[in-house]
Amino acid sequence: MPSGYVPILIFLVIAILFPIVTIIAAKLIRPSAPFLVKLEAYECGIKAASDSRGRYTVRFYIVAILFVIFDVETIFLFPWAVRYRDLGWFGVAEVGVFLAILVVGYIWAYKKGALEWV
Amino acid sequence: MNFSQYYTLTDHFTIMPAVMLALFGCAILLFDNLPFFGPLFPDPRQRKYMPIFVVLAEILTGVALYRQSSWLASNGMTSLDGFQGSVRVDGFGIFFNWIFVVAALVVALASYKYLEVASEHHSEYYALMLFAQCGMYFLATGTDLVTLFIGLELMALCFYVMVGFLRTDKRSNEAALKYLLLGAFSTGFLVYGFSLMYGMAGSTKLSEVTTAIQQRPAWDPVVFLAMATTAIGLLFKISAAPFHMWAPDAYEGAPTTVTAYLSVASKAASIAFLLRIFLGPFGSDDLRKEWVPMLAVVAVLTLTLGNLAAINQTNIKRLLAYSSISHAGYMLLGLIAGNDTGINGIMVYIMVYTFMNLGAFLVVVAMRRQNIIGEDLDDFNGLVHRHPGYAVLMLIFLLSLAGIPPTAGFLGKYYIFLSLIQTGHYYLAVIGVLYVAVAIYYYFKIVRSMFIREETERAPLSMSFGLRLALGFTGALTLGIGLYPEPFLVIAKNSLLLH
Repeated sequence: MPSGYVPILIFLVIAILFPIVTIIAAKLIRPSAPFLVKLEAYECGIKAASDSRGRYTVRFYIVAILFVIFDVETIFLFPWAVRYRDLGWFGVAEVGVFLAILVVGYIWAYKKGALEWV
Repeated sequence: MNFSQYYTLTDHFTIMPAVMLALFGCAILLFDNLPFFGPLFPDPRQRKYMPIFVVLAEILTGVALYRQSSWLASNGMTSLDGFQGSVRVDGFGIFFNWIFVVAALVVALASYKYLEVASEHHSEYYALMLFAQCGMYFLATGTDLVTLFIGLELMALCFYVMVGFLRTDKRSNEAALKYLLLGAFSTGFLVYGFSLMYGMAGSTKLSEVTTAIQQRPAWDPVVFLAMATTAIGLLFKISAAPFHMWAPDAYEGAPTTVTAYLSVASKAASIAFLLRIFLGPFGSDDLRKEWVPMLAVVAVLTLTLGNLAAINQTNIKRLLAYSSISHAGYMLLGLIAGNDTGINGIMVYIMVYTFMNLGAFLVVVAMRRQNIIGEDLDDFNGLVHRHPGYAVLMLIFLLSLAGIPPTAGFLGKYYIFLSLIQTGHYYLAVIGVLYVAVAIYYYFKIVRSMFIREETERAPLSMSFGLRLALGFTGALTLGIGLYPEPFLVIAKNSLLLH
């Protein structure tokens, strides 16, 4: 076992002990006065209208998934744009292939009506 | 001539089959949706021509694979690396890819009638099949952790969707969700193992990972942790106990054609992956001493659970799911033996398993009729009176699954047990043979239903040209490999993983 791991071990022990010690110490020191308002998500401000775990339409998921497609597209276009001159025509062709594959997915989603909000 | 330093002709040659599969997958999506073509087959009755695309794709993939193997043979080389060693074309990868080609062809031919009856016949099904196969290509040929991982995820993602393809069926939805959640969890383990391997080697190339691991002592906890977590991820994929829980549910809920594809192609790809990792980075003799006992426990557990749980099943797909779990156990036994006979035995086993398991599921596919699910043991009652041909074919597949000569299944088990005896694992061989006896019992429960019981359901089976062709092909090979094994054994022998 390399000795380089010893500091990590010490750190780990401290990290585990720290919350335990603070929680116990706080428990011993603080006065205990529980009442209902303390359990609310925000003790100040507007009262919560409803549960945050409500149900919403599945269409949001489709929009989110489609967003990922175009997000990934941008992520891949950026490094190409930075190295555009070095990569030359090969880079253009590669990005063309990449975009062509994405366009297939786009056409498919479009024809399936994934972009329509009924 | 080279396109660029990043993409040479050699690179292109090494991924040609995958390019074909991806192109045809995209083509199917486009042709059925492009505005100026209109849907390719506007009339639902014409959808039955859809598998033609898969057949074309597989022909071109087959040609590309054949060109690869003939190039290797004519240049006297055993392997060809592409993309700076991320992909390696060798006999091993090509052998497994032929299995994927056969599985995809057979399943596509059997699918159209089944999907029509289930009224879920969409072009996306065939596209997903091809994309999944594209992932399997990289599982069988990849020699880089990232390539392997992306191949695995591409395959798994397509299967998650295909398992849930019967959108209105609750069981199908449940199966897809279970498979997705457990699959994601196991992938986490696998990637953790990969990250440790990368941490040791500073590279994702399997060859460099191998050297890095060999420089470390075998008792190194990091090596052991990497091995254990990688093994968990891989054992999940081949549905070995105790990581098999997803298999019966996913197999039962999925459309039967998808179950057939999942149980054969996905398992073969994962076995290829397992062999690449455990004969590559973890293949040294010191490390073998560490993982052989571990895998032996897993294999015995898998055999026990798979065979004993299958006894009480009344749903045929669940029964075949447990049987496929136990087959994974037999394949692991070959890896435990680890000599050439054992590894060769795994290749032979996975080849015969492809034909016999596909065949058995195809008969279940034919049982699905309008308004009849046809998955219960009782649905097979008296099948021989109405469809003697199907009953006899099912008998052949079941005999082969049980490993009784002269069917192909005997051959697979023979080499596995031979290798165990050669390497002195007598107790494992005894356990394996004992469980064959258990397996015969539950396989013959189906045979009893078909041949002895009175018929309860008189509706004729749903048949189609494609299904008959696929059944005839798998049946002929299940018998053919058993009766005249020589050429198939030579193929398997020439495809051993070399380093």
